[in-house]
Amino acid sequence: MFYREAGQYKKTYSADMAVFPILQDRIGIGLILATAAIIIPIFGSNFFISTVMIPFLVFSLAAMGLNIVTGYTGLISLGTGAFMGVGAFACYKLTTYFPNVNIIIWILASGVFSAAIGALFGLPSLRIKGFYLAVATLAAQFFLEWCFVRVPWLFNYNASGAIEVPQRTLFGVAITGANATPTTRYLVLLGIVVLMTWVASNILHGRIGRTFMAVRDMDIAAELMGIRLLPAKLTAFAMSSFYCGVAGACMMFLWYGGGEASDAFNINQSFNILFMVIIGGLGSLIGCFFGAALLNIVPIILKFGLPAMGLPLAGATAEHINHLFVGSLIIFFLIVEPHGLARLWQITKQKLRTWPFPY
Amino acid sequence: MDLLFKIFIDPFLQMGGAPDLLVQTLWEGLVSGVLYALIALGFVLIFKASGVFNFAQGIMVVFAGLTLVGLHEKGVPAWLAVLLTLGVMLALAVAVERVVLRPLVNQPDIILFMATFGLTYVLIGIGEFIFGGEPKQMITEELGLPRGAIDVAMLGGRVTFQKIDIAAAVIASIMIAALAVFFQYTRIGRALRAVADSHKAALSVGISLNQIWAIVWFAAGIVALITGIMWGARSDVSFALQTIALKALPVLILGGFTSIPGAIVGGLIIGIGEKLAEFYWGPLVGGGIENWIAYVIALGFLMVRPQGLFGDKIIERI
Repeated sequence: MFYREAGQYKKTYSADMAVFPILQDRIGIGLILATAAIIIPIFGSNFFISTVMIPFLVFSLAAMGLNIVTGYTGLISLGTGAFMGVGAFACYKLTTYFPNVNIIIWILASGVFSAAIGALFGLPSLRIKGFYLAVATLAAQFFLEWCFVRVPWLFNYNASGAIEVPQRTLFGVAITGANATPTTRYLVLLGIVVLMTWVASNILHGRIGRTFMAVRDMDIAAELMGIRLLPAKLTAFAMSSFYCGVAGACMMFLWYGGGEASDAFNINQSFNILFMVIIGGLGSLIGCFFGAALLNIVPIILKFGLPAMGLPLAGATAEHINHLFVGSLIIFFLIVEPHGLARLWQITKQKLRTWPFPY
Repeated sequence: MDLLFKIFIDPFLQMGGAPDLLVQTLWEGLVSGVLYALIALGFVLIFKASGVFNFAQGIMVVFAGLTLVGLHEKGVPAWLAVLLTLGVMLALAVAVERVVLRPLVNQPDIILFMATFGLTYVLIGIGEFIFGGEPKQMITEELGLPRGAIDVAMLGGRVTFQKIDIAAAVIASIMIAALAVFFQYTRIGRALRAVADSHKAALSVGISLNQIWAIVWFAAGIVALITGIMWGARSDVSFALQTIALKALPVLILGGFTSIPGAIVGGLIIGIGEKLAEFYWGPLVGGGIENWIAYVIALGFLMVRPQGLFGDKIIERI
């Protein structure tokens, strides 16, 4: 009843092609952004912001990266964790060498390094397809993971072998390091995520995005239509790795505040993000957020929510139940809606538009 | 020049200088290759019959091993524990077919692949929940597997063969032969081959796909149990095995997803290749290259033959 585009006439081509053509959508996105940027920082507790919101945003960004290559271009990549790691290490090295440059610039710039590495490991994608490619990208995962541990230059010859996040400020407020409050870190992260989502949305709606989708639907047909496969696939890998790299840098600098890369960027992380993409919906930006929210919140509920409701769970048991639950959830969602939460969202919107007279 | 010498010449000089060490390394590689091949075999069986890339094969190995050891800890005699474990694997196969595969018929490959991921998590959860997360000792003696080692003097040195490794190689060969006979000469085997060739054609001559899938998952379960016993006897039964099972993936792409001989040859190439690389080239870069060298070897092969060594030729039409 309220969600309907009746009476909203589009008078220009660009209005027709807008990302949010319906007024209610624009209001909705405005409300969500306002909630995220104003209400959550003011009313959310530090615990909520640092255990729910920050991981959610980081994973959304990483899922967006993977979705570009897997969902939009149809190339399965299992190296997401490693590409995130490249971003984190690049950011660490850059801010060590140039400590006076703003950290946000380095977080964004670290994506460039990740993109270069991603494009390099994307080279086999021209010849190898499907699951063969998935396994080939595992080579990237394991090789880079090995580098993170064995190349001491990457972590500045620390004795601990971990990334130590230095304190960096923006307008005199600490945004990384021990003194940064969760709220400032959250706001910085939110800014980065909103910016990157906006850029991704524009790229994916434009020529490049359509190229990706043509390659996904059938690469030989796309080639016959004049799309050059090698540049298209490498762009996809580079762009995807760029997003993953920024996500990794954000993860280390704005969430973990330093830590061992081999734990944060291992193969399980890659799988975790792949789950988010699949459950959220392949080839959908909003799906990345849904998937990240679901897979991020479920473990937190199991970990903190159940004991609060009076179901005492030991740490190990909670872990087991978490595995069991996430596994069943994945199977359940795949059976109910193989196209992910994004499709459910679309169906809901469609129903709302025609409600209460569906025919 | 020095670097080039170290990479291209020095390792071979070392090999020539100490042939007994070379034989030992080759043997180690051969044995781990056999075990990789066993895991890969489980993958191939399921991929051939149902087109599902079964990521859960690794955890099935762990699960079978854990069930066996767990049952024995409860006081069940070893032979009965083996039978019961087989029963559990059969129940698992039927459950997977009924709950996971049947509702997902006709979905894209990646969806089925993800479903087996979910299955992996479920099995990890169940396994840890019932048997606990800590590593367990495999019951080698109770199963009548040999222990100890044989030292053979050869090539001016001594080479050690663990008896359990020899047993593993022999049992693996027997099992592969048995599978080959099963596929070639039995009615079910013929049905399996028909399904692998074409689902539609198999359906049209009255083969029940659901039944075949349950059977093939059970076969993969048997392979998993044997692999679990062998791996468990070499180290111990723990969830860390699951990561080792990822090594079966380069074996698969090397051999081709649809080829049983491919799985075996690929397993041996990867096993021997990674042990040689680790032993002779590893020290140059600080060791630990065993984790990724297998993927690089496989990737090298893939660049030349994208469908693997023995895989079906990929024909693409518009």
